[in-house]
Amino acid sequence: MLCDECGKNNATVHLTKIINGKKTEIHLCQQCAGKYTNLNTNFSIQNILSGFLTDVPGVEKNKPLVCRNCGMTYDEFKRTGKFGCSKCYSAFEKKVAPMVRNIHSHDSHVGKLPLKAGEALKSKKELEDLKFKLREAIEAEEYEKAAEYRDKIKEMTEGD
Amino acid sequence: MVSWLKNSGKDRDVVVSSRVRLARNLSNYNFPVKMTLADMEGVYNDVVSALSSPEFTSFKIKDVPYLEKIMLVEKHVISPALIKKNEGSGFSMTKDETETVMINEEDHIRIQVLDSGLSLENAWKKADDLDNVLEEKVEYAFDEKVGYLTACPTNLGTGMRASVMIHIPALELIEQVNQVLSPVSQFGLAVRGVYGEGSKAMGSLYQISNQVTMGDREETIIKKIESIAGQISEKERMARKYLLENDRTEFEDRIFRAYGILKNARKISHEEAVRLLSYLKLGIDAGLIENNEINKLDKLFIGIQPASIQFAERKEMDMNDRDIKRADILRDEIK
Repeated sequence: MLCDECGKNNATVHLTKIINGKKTEIHLCQQCAGKYTNLNTNFSIQNILSGFLTDVPGVEKNKPLVCRNCGMTYDEFKRTGKFGCSKCYSAFEKKVAPMVRNIHSHDSHVGKLPLKAGEALKSKKELEDLKFKLREAIEAEEYEKAAEYRDKIKEMTEGD
Repeated sequence: MVSWLKNSGKDRDVVVSSRVRLARNLSNYNFPVKMTLADMEGVYNDVVSALSSPEFTSFKIKDVPYLEKIMLVEKHVISPALIKKNEGSGFSMTKDETETVMINEEDHIRIQVLDSGLSLENAWKKADDLDNVLEEKVEYAFDEKVGYLTACPTNLGTGMRASVMIHIPALELIEQVNQVLSPVSQFGLAVRGVYGEGSKAMGSLYQISNQVTMGDREETIIKKIESIAGQISEKERMARKYLLENDRTEFEDRIFRAYGILKNARKISHEEAVRLLSYLKLGIDAGLIENNEINKLDKLFIGIQPASIQFAERKEMDMNDRDIKRADILRDEIK
């Protein structure tokens, strides 16, 4: 098989990309693979954190990702590991969310909410509180309590 | 001296202290890496005025003398990262040093509550209350999905780091430390030595804290650490009992030698002092030495660090002078 890129040498590197369920295969020779895939591995300490950051399909490479609020670029964040403002998380969310999942083994917050959080958030927290208590009650085999919590949860979700 | 350490608290014979730290940021200012000096002063003033109660005294880091800053770090009242900051950063603390709010460290706000013994629940309650007091006046950066927004992704979620300091010399003597501490990581907790680098823990003092801040409720994290610290305390007590029953002479010899040196030395390094104080503390906790109380010993661990010695003497000293002064302090304090 000849290389897809130069069409001269024998293809020795075979890449399979699956993006949104669409599968593409690329066959390359050694030289072209080097140019094409950017397989440079760099295991320095400061790159360990950045290592969590996976390239996400759909985000253009040459268009730098910037937080419009504070001007921090995604590259700058990758280098320092620190957000520049409260809007950086949502600006970089696509890239940062998998990293956050890697760090915490969870992707969403449970627990305290700011007092000023809107009503919607509060009732959502209440619901989560009840679900938590329900789980606890079941684990403790306190089924009467559990039934009580279950009914309350039902009431709240039906009211929506 | 150290005023936040008391004789009270659960499992005080093994657990020295408990600490809860909350990371918070204000939504209307950039985070510290992207702040102007005017922003920093804005945050400082907002936080200080939100804390306007007679209990809190506030300091700008640039106004605190060098030795005093390091002494406060040695007492665990403020963080090493804060004293690396300059213009625009500071802290507010209560007179008894149990509650500190650091301003413009890695985040705009770091709330810290310290307590003696195994008292994480109490520390969390106090931190939670202080958090609510602040929030009456400022607006926090918060995301519905990932929780409190922090400068570093490792603090997202609750922004809470809870930790306990434990003293486990008997487990070390019977070489059971790894066996007891290694399962801790399976519960999402991290262990490190309090003094010294890496895995070598000087004075058999270890800190156990939550590794991650997202996905568990604050109360769940607190309960988990309390439960594990309680179980380790139980194991340490068993080890002490074992040594008293099976290896009494060796055990006593080690403790009384340490006692003798600490009471008589004319010059002592920090490392040696920590090692010997650890044995003396063990001797008191195991009921072998009666004239001293453990809280005083715990305060000595803090007071014999380099900056604390120099701060007490109100002058800079070289290592030799510090070692002499350290021996003086120990002879004075240990009965």
